[in-house]
Amino acid sequence: MFRNQYDTDVTTWSPAGRLFQVEYAMEAVKQGSAAIGLRSKTHVVLACVNKTNSELASHQKKIFKVDEHIGVAIAGLTADGRVLSRYMRSECINYSYTYESPLPVGRLVVQLADKAQVCTQRSWKRPYGVGLLVAGLDESGAHLYYNCPSGNYFEYQAFAIGSRSQAAKTYLERRFDNFNSSSREELIKDALIATRESLQGEKLRSSVCTIAVIGVGEPFHILDQETVQKLIDEFEIVKEDDVPPAEPQPEGEQDAAADQGAGADQGGGDAAASEGAAPMDI
Amino acid sequence: MTMTMGTVDESQRTLYPYVTGSSVVAIKFKDGILMAADMGGSYGSTLRYKNIERLKPIGKHSLLGASGEISDFQEILRYLDELILYDNMWDDGNSLGPKEVHNYLTRVMYNRRNKFNPLWNSLILGGVKNGQKYLGTVNMIGINYEDNHVATGLGNHLARPILREEWHEDLTFEEGVKLLEKCMRVLLYRDRSAVNKIQISKITEEGATVFPPFSLKTYWEFAAFKNPTAGAEGSW
Repeated sequence: MFRNQYDTDVTTWSPAGRLFQVEYAMEAVKQGSAAIGLRSKTHVVLACVNKTNSELASHQKKIFKVDEHIGVAIAGLTADGRVLSRYMRSECINYSYTYESPLPVGRLVVQLADKAQVCTQRSWKRPYGVGLLVAGLDESGAHLYYNCPSGNYFEYQAFAIGSRSQAAKTYLERRFDNFNSSSREELIKDALIATRESLQGEKLRSSVCTIAVIGVGEPFHILDQETVQKLIDEFEIVKEDDVPPAEPQPEGEQDAAADQGAGADQGGGDAAASEGAAPMDI
Repeated sequence: MTMTMGTVDESQRTLYPYVTGSSVVAIKFKDGILMAADMGGSYGSTLRYKNIERLKPIGKHSLLGASGEISDFQEILRYLDELILYDNMWDDGNSLGPKEVHNYLTRVMYNRRNKFNPLWNSLILGGVKNGQKYLGTVNMIGINYEDNHVATGLGNHLARPILREEWHEDLTFEEGVKLLEKCMRVLLYRDRSAVNKIQISKITEEGATVFPPFSLKTYWEFAAFKNPTAGAEGSW
């Protein structure tokens, strides 16, 4: 009768020591369109793939400025992502009111993770269905963190989350050795290539991706569309011409077409959920 | 209605200070900050305590000097101990510098003043972090500023004119101490609540040191000191 006895609420353990509701929340991250982050000693670049729910709609914002020195890219439930970035903004502004200095990135990330953790231990709550790539700069340099619905957080040199992020990750894994000494421009180029990897067939254009940069002497900002298009052209990334316009999207192994999700960054999730993976440790 | 509008619960506030410390004087010097204060504690105008430390290191990078109500200063120290403890508990390599501590104190002092329950102090906060010297002050009503040399209380009137004349950016440690001693001597002569037991404290990139107390050489044999009322007869 029941497919799974142990997934009706967040606080119920399975005999194997798993929390299914938390794992489902992490599946939500995989359904959202990809977000990518990479870091050098001095800069962090965030990139994301913009998907629209319909031809008539504009895409949802997936990269948010939190403060002059911190920004996030999200994948999963956009609404949850907005709530969390509002929380981060308010933490930053309170810190700078009290101390007149920027909140260290690592501390914000821990606070955020603690907030997510609470939702995994209260029967009346729901875990956040969003993964956040937090890019920031502080006294100790440039940082890139990944925050997960489970309340875990990790620091990365480069990372990708969301649908088809594996392709981007593979690219980043091949190249991350050099990232630490990369220039800002090289980072952006790698971000664009990694973004293209996760597009699957679709042509990389400035309209399907957003790029944001934070670095020494450069407050967090989202690059405008013309700049991004110019960079794409400059790097001559557009090699394969005329891929048919991406209207009916081909379904990947684990992601569904985006237009089913009601106002969310995600599509239907049944296909993925039935795979029964144990992604607790990412 | 049991209560009329506008009634306020009875509460106790600091309406005037009880035991107070006198001036603190502080300057920037070549390698950091130097601060000086005496060790007296006055109960009203009675010189009641003679061994009160009013210069305290705060965390790794800051030094705090206080004049005014001693018990309020001790409460401020408790706040700061907690602040530094929680900062250290992050254990992430970040730490609050003098600028952050000064701004925090500014918020605390102004907040208490707005509750009509001020912490009755004038504070000086100095420090060095990442090669950056910092020296600022905040008082019981929340007025705050940074400067190359600062002083509280009577020091503002008696020490700062000297500092304006003689202070310069690259004072050595010895020159700095000499300059502070000159200020403290003037204060000792002219401030009735000053005491001849003085502490000097130094903070540099290497950390803070509060030196053992010492006394200044004084000469009281001037005629004006011997008979101070000669030219101003009182009514008694």
